[in-house]
Amino acid sequence: MSVDLSVDIAGVSFKNPVMDASGTFGSGMEYSEFVDLNKLGAVVTKGVSDSPWEGNQTPRIAETPSGMMNAIGLQNPGIDVFIERDLRFLEGFDTNVIVNVCGHTEEEYLKVVERLADQKSVRMLEINVSCPNVKTGGIAFGTDARMLEHITSEIKKKAAQPVIMKLSPNVTNIAEMGRAAESGGADAISLINTLMAMKIDIHKRDFAIANKTGGLSGPAIRPVAVRMVYEVSHAVKVPVIGMGGITNGEDAIEFMMAGASAIAVGMYNFHDPGAMLKVIKGIEDFCEKTGVRAVRELTGCVG
Amino acid sequence: MIHEKAVVTENRRLAEGVFSTVFRTEAARISKAGQFVMVGTGSDSRLLKRPISISGADPLSGELRLVYRTVGYGTTELSLSKEGDAFDILGPAGNGFPVEKASGKKNILLVAGGIGAPPLLYLLRELKKTGAGGDCITAVLGYRGEKYGLFLKDEFEKEAKVIISSDDGSVGVQGTVMDAIREKVTEADLIFACGPLGMLKAVKGYASEKGIPAYISLEEKMACGVGACLGCVVKTAAEDPHSHVNNARICTEGPVFEASEVMI
Repeated sequence: MSVDLSVDIAGVSFKNPVMDASGTFGSGMEYSEFVDLNKLGAVVTKGVSDSPWEGNQTPRIAETPSGMMNAIGLQNPGIDVFIERDLRFLEGFDTNVIVNVCGHTEEEYLKVVERLADQKSVRMLEINVSCPNVKTGGIAFGTDARMLEHITSEIKKKAAQPVIMKLSPNVTNIAEMGRAAESGGADAISLINTLMAMKIDIHKRDFAIANKTGGLSGPAIRPVAVRMVYEVSHAVKVPVIGMGGITNGEDAIEFMMAGASAIAVGMYNFHDPGAMLKVIKGIEDFCEKTGVRAVRELTGCVG
Repeated sequence: MIHEKAVVTENRRLAEGVFSTVFRTEAARISKAGQFVMVGTGSDSRLLKRPISISGADPLSGELRLVYRTVGYGTTELSLSKEGDAFDILGPAGNGFPVEKASGKKNILLVAGGIGAPPLLYLLRELKKTGAGGDCITAVLGYRGEKYGLFLKDEFEKEAKVIISSDDGSVGVQGTVMDAIREKVTEADLIFACGPLGMLKAVKGYASEKGIPAYISLEEKMACGVGACLGCVVKTAAEDPHSHVNNARICTEGPVFEASEVMI
C-alpha cells in the first residue's frame, strides 16, 4: 500500500507535510549536500528583511538540556541579495519555497512583502512576528493580539502569495493570538517560535549568550508546542503548521494528531543534517503500519 | 563533507585534561590542516555536535586524529572512549590554513597557545610535505607549566625548531608565547597561529607592527557547523561577500582568517 503524503495548505499543494523551521536551514544551500531538497514538502528560508541586518554579538548560541538557545538576531543579507542568490538557487529544485519575512516596523515588513509580489517561485510567505531576539518590532507584533491582527491585515493587502503568520509562544493565551491572526486574514498559522530563555555560565559569572536572553528550541519544548498547536488549531479554521522539537516521524505524527496540517523540523537539523528525510520516512512507515492511506487524515484526529 | 559514524581506533591521555583520539573515517581522506570536524555526543540530551580541530589525518589509512582539552560533557565523553566506540562525525569543515602562502617564505612562524597546538602540528606536517618553508619553520608553543604536561612538544620537535614558553616558568621562557617571540625570534615572514583569543589579538598586533602576514584560527560556539545557523560569526573589517554585512561565518569562511581581516 502506498501512502498519500500530500497535504494542502491555503490552496498550495505539498508533496509531503515536512519542511524546515525558518533559521535552521539557511536557504537550503548549505544543507543541499546532505538533503535532496526535491524530497521536501517545502523549504522555509531564513528570515529576510528589507536591508541587510548584522544580527547580535557572539556568543549567539548555547546548548541546553535536550535543546539549545539562540540569539542570532536575524542576521541576513537583505531582500535584494536574497532574491538574486538564495531564491535563484531554490528555483532549481522541485519543492515549495516559503519565504520568512522579518522587519522592525510595519513599513519594513510591507517593503519585503511587496518586493516578493512578482517573484513567482515564492509559493507562500511566512511572517516572523515572533523573534524574541530583536529588540524592536518582531515580537512586539506577535505578543499583542490587536497589533497582530492589524499587521496581518496590512500584509494581506500587499501580499501576492498566501500568508502564514508565525506565532510566538511567549504569550498568556495562544488561542487568542491564533484568532487575531485569522481575523486579520492569515491564510495559515505556524507555531511555535522559540521560548524566551536564559542561561548563565556560572564559571564566568556571565550570561551564556551575549544577548542575555535567547530563544529556546529543541525537544525540550516539544510538549509545550504540541499543546499550543492543539489549542490554536481548535480555535481557528485556517490550517496550522506545527513545530517545536520534532526529531522523527513519531514526533511529526504527534503534531498532526494535535491539529497540524504540516510540520517543520528545526533544531534537529543541526543534530542530524539528514533529519528531515528520516522524518518523511518515519511518517510514511507509521501510516503504512497503522493502515493510514493519506497522512492528512491524521490532522486533528485527537480531541 | 562526510557525515557518518566514525570508529575510535586509539585513545590516550597526553597530559592533564588533554587527550588524543584517533578515528577511522572517510573524512580523513579529504581533510586539510586547519579544518575541523563536528563530533556528536552519545547523549539524547546533548544534541549539538562539538567543533574540534583536526590534528592529523592519513588519507591512506583513513585515520583522523583529534587532540583536545576536556572542557565539558562532549570532550569528557570523548576522552573516556575506547577502541571500537563510534561517534557521529560531520566534516571536514571550514577553510583550513592557506598552505600555498608558505611557498617561497624563508622564516615561517607557528604560534600555538595551549590547546591551539593540535591544528598547527597538522599544518607543520603538511608544510614539510610540500617542501615549503624547508628547514626554516619555528614553532612557539605556550604551556601552563611542566607539571601539567608538555603535550605534542616531542612531535613538534621532530619537524621544527621549537621555542617553549610557560606560565610558571618551569620550562622555556617564563610568560606568554609573545614573550618568547620577542625574546627568541629574530625573523619571520609568515605567521600561522591558533590559541586563546587574547593570544591571537597579541599575534595580530605583532604581525601588524612588523608587517608580517598572519593567519589565525578562531573558535566560537557552533550549532550547525555548515554555515546555516549563523551562530559562529566574527566581525570583519570589510563587508563579507557572503553575508553582505561585516560578519563572516567562522565555520565556513573560517576558522582561519588573515589577521587584519577580522576585528578581534
